[in-house]
Amino acid sequence: MSKRAVGLQVIGIGKSFGHFTALKDITLDIAPGEFLTLLGPSGSGKTTFLMVLAGFQAASEGRLLSDGVDITGSRAEDRSFGMVFQGYALFPHKSVAQNIAFPLQVRGIAREDIARRVDAIIARVGLAGHENKRPAQLSGGQQQRVALARALVFEPPVLLLDEPFSALDKHLRGRMQEEVARLHGEFGTTFVFVTHDQSEALSLSSRIAIFNHGRLLQVGAPRDIYERPSSRFVAEFLGEINLLPVGGIGHCARGTSGTFEDARLTAPRHDHLDGSAVLAVRPEHMSVSAEPPAEGNGVPARLVGTTYLGSAMRLAFATRSGTPLTVTLPSVAAGHILDRGPDFWVNWSFDNGFLLPEQS
Amino acid sequence: MRNRSAFWPALALMAPLVLFLAFAYAVPFLGVALWSVTLPEPGLGQYERLVGDPLVQSAFLRTFRICLIVTVIAVACAYAVTYVWVRGTRMQRRLIEICIFVPFWISLLTRAFGWLALLSTRGIVNTSLQALGLTDGPLALVRNEPSVIAGMVHVLIPFAVLPLASAMRTVDERMLLAARGMGASRLRIFWSVFLPLTLPGVIGATLIVFVFSLGFFVTPAILGGGRSIMVAELVYLRMFQSPDWGLGAAISVALVILVAGLMGLLARFARLGLTGGGR
Repeated sequence: MSKRAVGLQVIGIGKSFGHFTALKDITLDIAPGEFLTLLGPSGSGKTTFLMVLAGFQAASEGRLLSDGVDITGSRAEDRSFGMVFQGYALFPHKSVAQNIAFPLQVRGIAREDIARRVDAIIARVGLAGHENKRPAQLSGGQQQRVALARALVFEPPVLLLDEPFSALDKHLRGRMQEEVARLHGEFGTTFVFVTHDQSEALSLSSRIAIFNHGRLLQVGAPRDIYERPSSRFVAEFLGEINLLPVGGIGHCARGTSGTFEDARLTAPRHDHLDGSAVLAVRPEHMSVSAEPPAEGNGVPARLVGTTYLGSAMRLAFATRSGTPLTVTLPSVAAGHILDRGPDFWVNWSFDNGFLLPEQS
Repeated sequence: MRNRSAFWPALALMAPLVLFLAFAYAVPFLGVALWSVTLPEPGLGQYERLVGDPLVQSAFLRTFRICLIVTVIAVACAYAVTYVWVRGTRMQRRLIEICIFVPFWISLLTRAFGWLALLSTRGIVNTSLQALGLTDGPLALVRNEPSVIAGMVHVLIPFAVLPLASAMRTVDERMLLAARGMGASRLRIFWSVFLPLTLPGVIGATLIVFVFSLGFFVTPAILGGGRSIMVAELVYLRMFQSPDWGLGAAISVALVILVAGLMGLLARFARLGLTGGGR
């Protein structure tokens, strides 16, 4: 349906409010038709960046290109990207159909065409039968659909979404995520999506851009970012992770290794480290045994607590020096381990850990 | 049930206000209503005169006409002023506050004489015009309807600003951004988003200004100079100039009933407007 998904080139964009720097030197290529998620804690600058993309806020420095054309100075109304706001920002005095028709009326499209396109999109987002209701008469999920329909009906080259699911309960949130993914596939528009929910980011996006303190820390496919974070912040922000301080960094044939307590632990090669570093391992990449492992890394640890999560179980360990380790195992596999006393080995393969610089 | 224990103490606390309103307002008004059916003799004779007397009728019609014009101008001016007050820069806000709210505290009488000083034959406007050689003789700028309207609008604008400001402050900024993002021009955003969203405030302001303007006495008396008499001035004349208390009282009662009816009507309309859709 979309004939003109565009790519955006962000070159050194910065934004200051007085002495406060909200964005610093953001450089990023957004490919046509991709689903890019801007992820970060609140106050990280992700929403400010979205507002700069939309044209609601002017960049203090840098340039923004749309398919190579400089649009840094153009106004929001001329860029005409679709936008779904937090809280939806539906017009309360207009009906569902009137809300969706608004961007088409603004463009001076013929009345019959408007009616046809509004009807078509109402059917596509599953709002048939609600055309004449006011937003206040709709549920949260339905309002969300109206907001999406209103933002997509004029086939914008880019759709910007600012935490669109933050007001929905967990169940509805999952359904709307699927819906948004489906609409992205159907319309082929470039989606730029802001969220602070990392699981949402991981499941929806083709790429994730991680923000913190107004800086862009890392951009990449969900899997790359989750499994190969470039910094401690990214590693910790994307989900639970174990961090083991290691010293005596050395490089060998199998990778880079360091000493934790008495054990020599190995991870994939990291050339820019020496002295000490942090070895990071995701809880679901670890296993538990009574004996030291024959292959890979192993650390002796004592079981200090368990949490039942339904399908999985979270086991809390403490190493000899008191470093906490968390391991998640499928509940089925975890059951028989617990009976065997408090002292275990926590193990993982060389490939499943990664080294990070100490300060980051 | 839960409230029963709080009923008597609450009444005791409200009693001073209730008593004050009863003695300062309800009792005197009932007295006036009584005059209207007893003076000079018992019966509805004064109300028959009220309906039949062309002088009274023309005063009522003139009052409505003037008040309608005043309301439209005052609410329109107040809308512009409030827009700048609510959405303008710090400097603009400060300026509006000084220009609107300082005169608000100055006596009606003083302000009416201020307009006289501006507009009378030997007032600032006329002397300036003559000094500049733009006019030969003084223009008749005062003692007519337009000067009454100007004076009334001036007094009433602040009363319209407050309900308009509260309506404008509740407008969600994101709705205006959303409209911009969809490509709407500023004019379009104003007409199809901002104005409809602030309509309850416009209705409230219209109601307040119109009702206040109906009872205006000082401003029209001074600036109208006895030529374009409005209802309140007519009551005064009937009471104090040509002792005709019965008719004066009947006109007062008619005015109060009209105002109450209007308020009821507009309040219902405003409620419908506020709930958006009326269902």
